[in-house]
Amino acid sequence: MTATSPPVNRRRLGALGWPIGFTIAVVLIFVFYRYWLPDSVDSVQKFVADWFPPAVINQCVIWVIMAIGLNVVVGYAGLLDLGYVAFWAIGTYVGAWLMSGWFFQVHWHIGGPPALNKAPGIHISFWLVLAFAGAFCALWGVLIGAPTLRLRSDYLAIVTLGFGEIIPQVFANGDSEHLGFALTNGQQSIVPIDGIGTGVFSQLKGVNAQLGVFDLPYRFLVFCLVAAFCVFVSLRLRRGRLGRAWLAIREDELAASMMGVSLVRTKLSSYAVGAVFGGMGGVCYAVAVGGASPNFSFSNSITILMMVVLGGMGNVWGVIIGALLVSWVNLNGLSQFGTWYNTQFNTNIDFPSYNFLIFGIILVLMMLYRREGLLPESRTRLIMREPMRTEMEGLGADIEAAEEEDEVILEEETEDELVGTETTGGSDGGKA
Amino acid sequence: MTATETEPEVPAPPPAGIDALRADDIVIAFGGLIAVNGVTFNVPEGGIVSLIGPNGAGKTTFFNVLTGLYRPTSGNVYLGGREVTGKAPHRIAKLGLARTFQNIRLFSLMTAEENVMVAMHSHLRSGIASTVFGMPWQRREEHRAHDASRDLLEFVGIGKVRNEYARNLSYGDQRRLEVARALALRPSVLLLDEPTAGMNPQESAQFVDFVHRVRDEKKVSVLLIEHDMSVVMRVSERITVLDRGERIAEGGPDDIRTNERVVEAYLGKTGTREGRRDK
Repeated sequence: MTATSPPVNRRRLGALGWPIGFTIAVVLIFVFYRYWLPDSVDSVQKFVADWFPPAVINQCVIWVIMAIGLNVVVGYAGLLDLGYVAFWAIGTYVGAWLMSGWFFQVHWHIGGPPALNKAPGIHISFWLVLAFAGAFCALWGVLIGAPTLRLRSDYLAIVTLGFGEIIPQVFANGDSEHLGFALTNGQQSIVPIDGIGTGVFSQLKGVNAQLGVFDLPYRFLVFCLVAAFCVFVSLRLRRGRLGRAWLAIREDELAASMMGVSLVRTKLSSYAVGAVFGGMGGVCYAVAVGGASPNFSFSNSITILMMVVLGGMGNVWGVIIGALLVSWVNLNGLSQFGTWYNTQFNTNIDFPSYNFLIFGIILVLMMLYRREGLLPESRTRLIMREPMRTEMEGLGADIEAAEEEDEVILEEETEDELVGTETTGGSDGGKA
Repeated sequence: MTATETEPEVPAPPPAGIDALRADDIVIAFGGLIAVNGVTFNVPEGGIVSLIGPNGAGKTTFFNVLTGLYRPTSGNVYLGGREVTGKAPHRIAKLGLARTFQNIRLFSLMTAEENVMVAMHSHLRSGIASTVFGMPWQRREEHRAHDASRDLLEFVGIGKVRNEYARNLSYGDQRRLEVARALALRPSVLLLDEPTAGMNPQESAQFVDFVHRVRDEKKVSVLLIEHDMSVVMRVSERITVLDRGERIAEGGPDDIRTNERVVEAYLGKTGTREGRRDK
């Protein structure tokens, strides 16, 4: 076989393969931080606190959620979205509105922390807010997408970029001074945000009824659960009717529409699903940092896009790896490396200020040597590495020799291999 | 050669019964350029009709109107008696008009089976929720779609390569896959845009039988654009000839073969006896 075969036997492990691996990885990390680390020697504690602090790990998981969401739009449906941060921002503010005392005019309590039962504001359970923010962002995804997604690639990218700029600006200027009433806190944050209710799990020893700022390992579990949900949904959808339509649109929009795939609806659905994940990630982010401030920018969208491209567009696992790597380097790795380097060599270089330079170089190198990403989808690898078969045949490549090995060939086809792809127009003759 | 001059020679438009596909007086103008000028055309139920003409005659433009890619400047298109003029391509496809492409347009990074299943999109029901939760009806539907696509691939003779990526298939198999994909729409009319381009004479000959088999077993009417005259003459029950956006002849293969205006369109006026005499 000259070309890579599709992963037919992947299904041997069935649907159980990845959840097992995912759970093992998550539980190991959790046990490490929750049980092993507090009892370990000081040097280990210091190393982990320097290089892999639990708060950073939690934020990395949130970036993973974002990247999985953008992967649905960019990786599956092939729509270049440069404004994904809009959904992140919406999700974060929905989280802040529904889980804090911000709207002090009202007293709405649905499953919120019992301690705050008398407090003003809207206090709704994290889990309900998660679902609501997902739905709310899906709605916004459709609203933003409906006029935009009729555009073709370049124009779409520009318009999404515009929305990615507008929406954070709305939150930044949503204070009473500009809006007449305080929708947001302007440039300041909305703080504090309620913890995560644990429900029946609070019966377990050591688990608080509300996961507050210091329950980092438990929050890690919660965020991983959200990430797992996103992985599950995107894998399921990918293999179904909708996923096929997304891929078809990515491959050839025109042919897809001729095969009965509604372009606008299919694109909208990918946009909406991506928005749902973005909204959920946004709520997690609000809880993780304990507030909502409007410091979302274009660079966030670009960073998420970079995670997707670096990790391997279209493959959830590649995207997760890309997101973990990039977010860790961004949040902690680079500055920590800088500190280490500066003390070691007695220099005074501000490493974090070079992060976009470094990512730029990495991206250029990737595009030169590994365009398909770290862990690409098996099918994308093909397009980056191998010319199409008909292209090779057009050059007179000897495909027949390779064919004899796999008995798939039908006897009639053998002669046409050397004929070029285009012989149209030959029979026309000249016109007067 | 003006339109008025040609009028008497053109056979009268077919009666407006319920045809599988009918186009009434189609005009398409791109700015000042009239690509198709008042073409009336029909495909009878279960018929095999060819559309031929020299390069630039407006065949593909006409095809694109039928499939909804262009909206005609004037005129109407009816599919099974139902007006589809200017409807979105995916709606027309769903209503039963399937096509293949002159230069193959498969989803090259999807397997043969997936390619076929994409075309079943409009016949499948499952949405986001039922797919995420893996509802029993969604699973059954997927199973049926898998089986149906397997059958279709067997039907066109490439069942063995159903798990290969389309881009890895041989040229002939890609052509077959395009037909299988089009048939997955369960169309009433199948449009084949230069289906034998790139085939050798032997394959082209087999193709004639194949088209008949598709028509008979899948109960579709077939409309071809074709350059290979030997194929056209053998496969078609009726032939329509376009030249410079106008219909210049219509009839059975034998009529067309001897039709002077057709020969003239293809070879130029000097190629005909009259042309030489004029000189």
